[in-house]
Amino acid sequence: MASPAAAAAAEENLPQVLILLNPPAFTIFGEEYFTSSKFRFLKSYESSLPLDEFLSANGRPMRALLATAATIVGAGVLELLPDLRLIVTTSAGLDQLDLAECRRRGIRIASAGDIYSADVADCAVGLLIDVLRKISASNRYVKNGFWASKGDYPLGSKLRGKRIGIVGLGRIGLQVAKRLQQGFGCTVSYNSRKKKNPDQVPYPFYQDVQELAANSDALILCCGLTEQTRHVVDKEVLAALGKAGVIVNVARGAVVDEKEMVRCLVEGEIAGAGLDVFEDEPVVPKELLELDNVVLSPHSAVLTRESMMELARLVVGNLEAFFSNEPLLSEYEDD
Amino acid sequence: MESISVLMTCPPVHPYLVEALEKRFTLHKLDSVPDKPQFLSSHRDSIRAVVGNAAAGADAELIDQLPKLEIVSSYSVGLDKIDLAKCKEKGIRVTNTPDVLTDDVADLALGLMLAVLRRLCESDRYVRSGLWKKGDYKLTTKFSGKTVGIIGLGRIGMAIAQRAEAFSCPISYFSRSQKPGINYKYHPSVVDLAANCDILVVACALTPETRHIINREVIDALGPKGVLINIGRGPHVDEAELVSALVEGRLGGAGLDVFQDEPNVPEELFKLENVVLLPHVGSGTVETRQAMADLVVGNLEAHFLNKPLLTPVV
Repeated sequence: MASPAAAAAAEENLPQVLILLNPPAFTIFGEEYFTSSKFRFLKSYESSLPLDEFLSANGRPMRALLATAATIVGAGVLELLPDLRLIVTTSAGLDQLDLAECRRRGIRIASAGDIYSADVADCAVGLLIDVLRKISASNRYVKNGFWASKGDYPLGSKLRGKRIGIVGLGRIGLQVAKRLQQGFGCTVSYNSRKKKNPDQVPYPFYQDVQELAANSDALILCCGLTEQTRHVVDKEVLAALGKAGVIVNVARGAVVDEKEMVRCLVEGEIAGAGLDVFEDEPVVPKELLELDNVVLSPHSAVLTRESMMELARLVVGNLEAFFSNEPLLSEYEDD
Repeated sequence: MESISVLMTCPPVHPYLVEALEKRFTLHKLDSVPDKPQFLSSHRDSIRAVVGNAAAGADAELIDQLPKLEIVSSYSVGLDKIDLAKCKEKGIRVTNTPDVLTDDVADLALGLMLAVLRRLCESDRYVRSGLWKKGDYKLTTKFSGKTVGIIGLGRIGMAIAQRAEAFSCPISYFSRSQKPGINYKYHPSVVDLAANCDILVVACALTPETRHIINREVIDALGPKGVLINIGRGPHVDEAELVSALVEGRLGGAGLDVFQDEPNVPEELFKLENVVLLPHVGSGTVETRQAMADLVVGNLEAHFLNKPLLTPVV
């Protein structure tokens, strides 16, 4: 058993992995799942120095960085990390990274890949069923003692045969489509940046989200947030979706014109909504808190024990592989 | 047909059904009759049909009091409130509402699974109460890939299996006998099934044999990580045992649409965040209740016009 001094010295020799923002997974799951005998973390946010000073002092030897969804890594940061060769993200998406600059500098990237897709798809389907069948609302009703005193709860709406419009048919959208069409007998159509190969993707494609909405009973938002998708669900789209329409959002709050959506819900211009994301989290428009035809979720679509375990395995595995010169587990390949 | 007397033994909760019956028949609502025995004896020679549902149908006592009864048309697929043997004995026809509600009940079963495992109702409560401002809700349990054990592989059981398969859930089942040509894993006992699945769903008919099919032994086998979903009938479950298992943490969670004594639900369950309670809404959509009502009325019309019944059981 090594003496404390020897152990500390051994630690000193471990390669470091830079972290710029505390990963939510460390808080909600536990940092202990992400530790390894092959590396140690250096957390810039634990220093009182502003970031650029910290990186100027400590950035030179850093070969690996653990980035979260919120960790923006642009040319400025990369300039201060000249030896950086690997970025591992806890996110599936890579919009927070300057990919072109990383490529230019020969920095490899390992993302969370597909580990969250099933959980997010499950959440989307769960929210849709909840809204149509009033599950949360009638659970509240029963637990308030109203079934015995006030009688039966109002009827919901049948899921089978509903026309589902998926906005964003990526990894998550495809899993939502599979569940709803193969499992529940819904009819799926979609909008995406590009039309997919019809041999692989059998669902009808709509170039225009408003047209998709006009032909859907429920819109499920599964796209990333980009310049093109910001407020893509606007007044016109909501009007096209119509009074019987339902919206489910597991993408990003800003994909929807939230103020307009709230107005539509309050005034009965759309029938209901299942929302995991909001424009200004954790703030939720107070009008929504009063509505029974809305189901609210605290941006938790990926937050299952299983996803966190898988994330820890990937993060540790990717970092250990890198430091052992072995192939990464989930290397991002440009296509 | 307006002169034909039809007795509705269940509460008249569905206006569409009541209107459709009143248009065609002379409808009596037993629920609103103050002196039921008096009513039955004064109408014993006129009532030729009974309309019931999951709450009330036609038991032996009622059948004995209605010597002119020809047909019982149930606004449900379950037949546990009808004395089928007595109906058979007396040549009374019985109809129910199969198939039209299969999808809704199966959808609700999946909705309950997702709501319990992913804590959808509790998360909604968390947001509404303002707690999200203080911090994230805790981690929940992934649904996709969990083993779903189905008791009763009839229309509803199969529909549940098809849905769960789309989530990559392995399916296993218990049935009176193994079904040929089915790829799902068969277990010869409910305890065995419970011990080998993550989510156990009750989807069989309620008969004297399946009463309390979920008992202490099954609950123990399902265990502190297991979840019970009941979209069958309340008496399928030993409710007292279920309540104590949930309160004591010996069972991982439950999604319940039916109870021993509806609309009364054990209050000990109200505060449990791993329990979702619904007010018997398995077939509760506008579309399905209308289709069910059409079947009830259609069966009665067919009978009184001497045509083949649409969905006869007896």
